[in-house]
Amino acid sequence: MADTFAFAEFRAGAFRKVAFETVSAARRAADATGGGTVTALAMGAPGLSAKAAELGRYGADRVIVVEHAELARYSPEVFAGTAAAQLKAGSYRAGFFSASAEGRDLAPRVAAALGQSLASDITSFEITADALTARHPVYVGKAIATLRLTGTPALVSLRPGAMVAVEQSRTAQVETAAPALDPASARVVVTELAQRPAARMDLGEAPVVISGGRGLKSAENFKLVEDLASAFGNAAVGATRAVTDDGWRPSSDQIGQTGRLVSPALYVAVGISGAIQHLAGMRTARVIVAINRDKDAPIFKVADYGIVGDLFEVVPPLIEAVKRARAEHQ
Amino acid sequence: MAFAGVDFYQMDGLLSEEERAVRDTVRAWVDEHLMPIIGDCYIEGRFPKQIIPGLAELGVLGANLPEEYGCAGLNNVAYGLIMQELERGDSGIRSFASVQGALVMYPIYSMGSEAQKKQWLPRLAAGQEIGCFGLTEPDYGSNPSGMITTAKETKDGWVLNGVKMWITNGSQATVSIIWAKTGAVDDPKSIRGFIVPTSTKGYAAKDQKGKLSLRASDTSEIHLEEVHLPKDAILPKSGGIKSPLSCLTQARYGISWGAIGAAMACYDEALQYSKQRVMFAKPIGATQIQQVRLADMLSEITKAQLLCLQLGRLKDAGTMTPQQVSLAKRNNVSMACDIAREARRLLGANGILAEYHSMRHMANLESVYTYEGTHDMHSLILGQEITGIAAF
Amino acid sequence: MKIAVCLKRVPDTEMRFAIAADGTSLDSAGLKYDISDFDGYAVEIALRLNEQQGPGEVVVVALGPDALQETLRKALSMGVDRGIHLQADPVPYDGFSIAQALASELAGQGFDLILFGRVATDTGNGMVGPMTAHLMDLPCVTAISRLEIAAGKGTAHRELEGATETVTFPLPAILTIDEGIARPRLPSLKGIMAAKKKPIESRPAALGPVRLTVDRLELPPERAGGRIVGEGPDAVPELVRLLHEEAKVL
Repeated sequence: MADTFAFAEFRAGAFRKVAFETVSAARRAADATGGGTVTALAMGAPGLSAKAAELGRYGADRVIVVEHAELARYSPEVFAGTAAAQLKAGSYRAGFFSASAEGRDLAPRVAAALGQSLASDITSFEITADALTARHPVYVGKAIATLRLTGTPALVSLRPGAMVAVEQSRTAQVETAAPALDPASARVVVTELAQRPAARMDLGEAPVVISGGRGLKSAENFKLVEDLASAFGNAAVGATRAVTDDGWRPSSDQIGQTGRLVSPALYVAVGISGAIQHLAGMRTARVIVAINRDKDAPIFKVADYGIVGDLFEVVPPLIEAVKRARAEHQ
Repeated sequence: MAFAGVDFYQMDGLLSEEERAVRDTVRAWVDEHLMPIIGDCYIEGRFPKQIIPGLAELGVLGANLPEEYGCAGLNNVAYGLIMQELERGDSGIRSFASVQGALVMYPIYSMGSEAQKKQWLPRLAAGQEIGCFGLTEPDYGSNPSGMITTAKETKDGWVLNGVKMWITNGSQATVSIIWAKTGAVDDPKSIRGFIVPTSTKGYAAKDQKGKLSLRASDTSEIHLEEVHLPKDAILPKSGGIKSPLSCLTQARYGISWGAIGAAMACYDEALQYSKQRVMFAKPIGATQIQQVRLADMLSEITKAQLLCLQLGRLKDAGTMTPQQVSLAKRNNVSMACDIAREARRLLGANGILAEYHSMRHMANLESVYTYEGTHDMHSLILGQEITGIAAF
Repeated sequence: MKIAVCLKRVPDTEMRFAIAADGTSLDSAGLKYDISDFDGYAVEIALRLNEQQGPGEVVVVALGPDALQETLRKALSMGVDRGIHLQADPVPYDGFSIAQALASELAGQGFDLILFGRVATDTGNGMVGPMTAHLMDLPCVTAISRLEIAAGKGTAHRELEGATETVTFPLPAILTIDEGIARPRLPSLKGIMAAKKKPIESRPAALGPVRLTVDRLELPPERAGGRIVGEGPDAVPELVRLLHEEAKVL
């Protein structure tokens, strides 16, 4: 029976989707090693404890809540110190973090504090008493490495969206704890957190990504992509490098080797030819749809479903059809 | 996509770390600063003056001259690689660098006084002065010994009279190296070199219009009418036709490498196109005809690369002969002309657009075939060397 | 300021990419190497900081085989003052092992800043920087997209999902640098020549124990042949049906 640990990311008054993925993974790991206890740690501003029980829905048996007025924002030293102290206080077989922006900062610090290594940004894992093996895309997605991690606790961070959060009923026991160090003593201080004016979901979190390329011919025509994203309701808008280089879309929207790497459930490529450096950013999406008027475009080789045609003729009816389908199946 | 070069015989392993670093740096610079603008410059028929400061800062002007004169102090293989990478961009740009380095800075360095070297070389290296080389005349191209530009000695200095033609950088030059006869018009031994600031009264440069080749380069006529120069304008160690020819040997050496750059650009473009362009349900690179074209191109490039590498090592060892340079210039430019044309053909209709590079290279290389000693002249230079009999 | 930049020599996989016969590494035939992209930004930042703030020293540190020296020389030719080559062949995959070697090398040398790229373009982990910071007990800010340093303190921007954080920190500190912050300068040819004379010290890396290894390296699964659902707007109803019934994403 092995106990596992999960760090559950909490921001702006709610658990992020990746928190559920992390707890879910810790649950699966505990079950795979004889069914031990899953302990989740959540840190944030006062009010967090009211939400803590949510983590039981994803398999947490225990939720340790660290609430403090100064923890409304991430503080690397306090968060890392507290997570490390909690991990040391139990006897955990494995510890799970998200490889979100926060997690990528947090997990390595915790690992070093525990004198352990870290398998970061993994897309799947198997665990036994002696070893944890995990898969991780390397060379910007050109290859998949199967890694072997020894040492206890085995610490991993999960690529957001790669492992689906599985719901199950469990009553989580909520305990409170203090931060391991006084937040006022932190040397690195977050002085501001500016939400970007985003009407859209973030590319890394959205289950659906609609992306546009040169085929759209102008910045104004990106409205078609945005409308299709709105039709899906839970979609973010991405772009190819050609289009961000030309200034039609901000560079933070760029999907590709030197931009964002995304793994949505559905990726729709509109007017994108499928250059290798773009594919590197989206090839791990579960389902890929391509719309392009060139039947020989490389994108069709990776797309599960393709429509060959003029996107200006295909996308408007597609927008209507998606809206209808969602209304029907809601 | 960044240009990756062509290296079928792993010649990178024959280069020093520094030579590779120089090549990679100039390659990246060309990708970033030249490729985005060269198509338009060529169509508009203008040399992109705005890149001169960048080229100078990079250190490519007179790169194989010593550091004490503000130059990079590179060896000749590195210099050749610079020319290769510049011409991969455009022959006109490489011509600019060849003229500045091999035809203006080199004669000042090898034939000038210490005062002249100190006055001119650092400024030329920094791109603060632009130079041109005045040898060719309207009636004296392949036979420069016959030139009729004169330099008469006066009590204060010299007076130059004559016309020069086909002068690269002519209209934008601030200084000109003019070759003129100080003695009788039929006495080539009296040929001397002069440093002529182009602002000197009586000096006028006019661009030659209507070029269909080397359009991103300034090519000018120079008129010298009673141009008075001080005594110290003469290059003291110059004398006879061998003086300008020694400069041409330097430039021809660089051109031998440059031609490889143009050939690589065309081959690479043709190769990428052949893999992407689909006709009759398969890429055209799957057809035998195009594969033979590509194989021929690769063979010629590989041979030329090995030729130049050895030539460069000989130059660094101090044993290179002008005839060895003739062989390389003749061979490499000829093969580059063929490769550019065949690449243009492989590209089909798209190949006539300025968006693609091969036809621009094809047109440019016709000038390179003709200047710095025509292909035919180099045949005769070699013929004389081999047989001992001059057939000019 | 005295600034160290920890960089990684990584293969350039744009041109050639094949997995070696042993199934755990890349086929080295024809592979070219270079400074990892994000580390290049870190070198550029370090050089600019000293250009703006008065003379200082920039040192690059890296682990690798002898061939690493060529990569260090590229940094020297950009203007870095000296290099430290920690010998390791091969460089382990385990970032914690690497962090221990770096912390051991950098300790007590009085660096005002130690910079890393946010993530290496080969292994894609982004952990060596923060781990080294923990081992050296230095404040650390990761994934910086904007940076200002003044009077012994720093202010940085970090991009989260959908938000931008502003962070302050004291010096000395360890920072990891994200993309977009600065284009790395091309070395000048004089810089390449000057680099030949700059010192590179070479000594064995004091690696920590290795607990994370690569069992296997594989190409990503070929996506099973997709299909063209149809042509033009007429194909839309069928696509929507497939997305709902077959792919279950709608």
